Amino acid sequence: MLFLEHIWIIPLLPAFGAAMMFFFGRKVRKQTVNAVCVGVVVLAFVMACGAVLQYNGWAAGHNHQPYEKILYTWLGSDTGHLTYLLHDGTQAPFQADAGFLLDPLSSIWLLFVTGVGMLIHIYSIGYMGHEGGYYRFFGYLNLFMFSMLTLVLANNYALMFVGWEGVGLCSYLLIGFYFQRKSASDAANKAFIVNRIGDAGFILGMFFIAWLCGSLRYIDVNHLAHSGIFRIGDPYITAATLLLFVGACGKSAQLPLYVWLPDAMEGPTPVSALIHAATMVTAGVYMVARSNALFVLAPTSMKTVAIVGALTAIFAASIGLVQNDIKRVLAYSTVSQLGYMFLALGVGAFAAGVFHVFTHAFFKALLFLGAGSVIHAMSGEQDMRNMGDLRGRIPTTYWTMFIATLAISGIPPFAGFFSKDEILWQTWTSESVAYHILWFIGYATALMTAFYMFRLVYLTFYSKPRMSHDIEHHIHESPASMTMPLIVLAVMSLFAGFLGWPHSLGGSDRFARFLDPVFAHGEAHLFVEEGKAGQLAAGEKEEEHTSPTEYLLMVLSVGAAGVGWYMAGRSYRDADKGYTEPIAALSPPLYKTLLNKYYVDEGYDYVFTGRKKVDDVRLGVMGLGEASSWFDANVVDGAVNAAGWITRLTATISSWWDKWIIDGIGVNGPAILARVLSYPARLLEWGLVQWYALVMTAGLVGFVFYYVYH
Amino acid sequence: MDAMLHISTLHYLVLGAALFLLGVIGVLTRRNVVIVLMSIELILNAVNLNLVAFSRYWQGIHGPMALHGQVFAIFVITDAAAEAAVGLGILIAFFRNKETVNVDEVNLLKW
Repeated sequence: MLFLEHIWIIPLLPAFGAAMMFFFGRKVRKQTVNAVCVGVVVLAFVMACGAVLQYNGWAAGHNHQPYEKILYTWLGSDTGHLTYLLHDGTQAPFQADAGFLLDPLSSIWLLFVTGVGMLIHIYSIGYMGHEGGYYRFFGYLNLFMFSMLTLVLANNYALMFVGWEGVGLCSYLLIGFYFQRKSASDAANKAFIVNRIGDAGFILGMFFIAWLCGSLRYIDVNHLAHSGIFRIGDPYITAATLLLFVGACGKSAQLPLYVWLPDAMEGPTPVSALIHAATMVTAGVYMVARSNALFVLAPTSMKTVAIVGALTAIFAASIGLVQNDIKRVLAYSTVSQLGYMFLALGVGAFAAGVFHVFTHAFFKALLFLGAGSVIHAMSGEQDMRNMGDLRGRIPTTYWTMFIATLAISGIPPFAGFFSKDEILWQTWTSESVAYHILWFIGYATALMTAFYMFRLVYLTFYSKPRMSHDIEHHIHESPASMTMPLIVLAVMSLFAGFLGWPHSLGGSDRFARFLDPVFAHGEAHLFVEEGKAGQLAAGEKEEEHTSPTEYLLMVLSVGAAGVGWYMAGRSYRDADKGYTEPIAALSPPLYKTLLNKYYVDEGYDYVFTGRKKVDDVRLGVMGLGEASSWFDANVVDGAVNAAGWITRLTATISSWWDKWIIDGIGVNGPAILARVLSYPARLLEWGLVQWYALVMTAGLVGFVFYYVYH
Repeated sequence: MDAMLHISTLHYLVLGAALFLLGVIGVLTRRNVVIVLMSIELILNAVNLNLVAFSRYWQGIHGPMALHGQVFAIFVITDAAAEAAVGLGILIAFFRNKETVNVDEVNLLKW
């Protein structure tokens, strides 16, 4: 139980690497940076494998419970002094632990985060070899690994949020790695700010959960959600889950918060592969899957997740059809694939969604790393219009990327086929026929995916060479530290899908079985809700899986992939300089709209960012703010100042009246009068005491004489 | 001779009036406050003389127990002592401020 009990060391390893780079990175040689930063991640991967293996052994004897390791109370107090009021009026202690939880769900994330992370660290040795800020790059990467592992291994939402913010920070730092470039720092800001909107949703959702459940621990929350004290459709649960989903939309780049991800391609390519394709952007999926017990209680939230996912999938895929920057195509592809994952979660096929995360991590990381290798070979050129005919010159890159393309397009037996097909099938069989629309959207997206991916392959590796002679002269295959990860990922892209080999094809869907302890309760819940309790009891869920419809849909989706491949091949196989885009030929306005990404960024500029002005007047909410500010400064404050000015005026008049009329005539007047009138009397009083005594004596004598001689 | 030896009440009153007059003149004319205070004592003693004289006169009519006037005189002596103490106290305080005991230099008591 060595690895399992010390699971907290796994995130701390890269944290140690990051700290080393922070304090000593500038002073040490590149070899030392490699040894520390790559070393700790390799170690973390080894420990992760050990921990997951030991967990499997442990769980078999413990009814497949999650393994929880609590180090200490991190927030609040464990003595229960800090309490807060719950929705039902009871008190609950405010407490969040620095605790780690390993269950099948976090196992999967743990393995592919450390695994893919390790490969990308190795790849970065070659890719970043000639760049400045080498230690800074690896320090950030290690910090990212620490944050991501904290996010994945946390045993409560609060600690998860720490990792969540940490990966956001690292994403910001790494997108802005080339901070001398304005576009890079702008993209970093954009990513950070857009993520902030999602994070606000996450925090509010977290507050809702704390308020409803009295705890942020997954175990407590799930226990309460399963206990049946919340009815299905509970408005508070719906609100909580919708807010969590807002957070997921931000982190996982769903409509309408996806805009930061394509711009995030300003970062170095290994970063795009690790953070903006394979791991970080799946954090939203992880969070929703982690909260599945709550989501199944809120059908509205589930529908929202499914619809947003499907719309994002087709929206991003359609933009990807015409982009010319190789990394941007992949970025939109990532957004689109994330949409698939949310579609799966939304229809209750949690295991299928997680499976797609898993397979996607390999082939999308491979695609990005391959793209990085291509860019490396092309001396930094990213525009596919200036590439072509590279397959013979960088063969390893070509073959590995080709495998990844087959995988993402859903061509059997590559990994993407199994996960994507499972998602489409689960969507088709969801509760109502209305979901067939979502299926169709997903199906159309699959066709588009095949088209833009093979477009990328044909424009890059086939067709006529369109680069300048200077660049053509320099084309070379990448070093072994870069190609080796490509090969490993290609192998994974080929075989990872076999873990989820479906029943209909004679497999056992081991992946979904592995996740059953996490999702079975929620999925069963949905089945009951959909009135299929009887089927569940009779085990007909499995039988339904093998209906003829499933084979039909399978053939259809493979057919769609094939059609996309064929269309891309026909359009781009022989593309020479100045080739025409088929969509541009079909409908120029449509092409222009897609090329400009449906003008969403411009729309946001009009509505939110305030970059658009008419003359000097800003538009959108910022303009509204400026108008409000102007109104406040001039009208409201003007009224306030006018009131003040009038008060001052009346006070001045009143003061003058008081000073000259009241004091002058009313008070001082009689005083002056008395003074003037008393002047003769005062002449007698000239201060000599004996004079007064003499007058008294004289008066006395006078009185005596008067009375005696009267 | 007999008549000359008899000292009547009138004699006392004449002496009292003379003392009183001397006191008043002293108060009104002397500049030194100490002398003024002494003159006031003179006035008080003139009054005492009158009181004692009338007491003696009343004893001749009502018997030896008619002592009101003499008791009154003792009160006046006590009062004079107190007054002298207070007056001298004021005088010392005054001297410390003004470095003078001349009453015509104390002319602040006016409008």
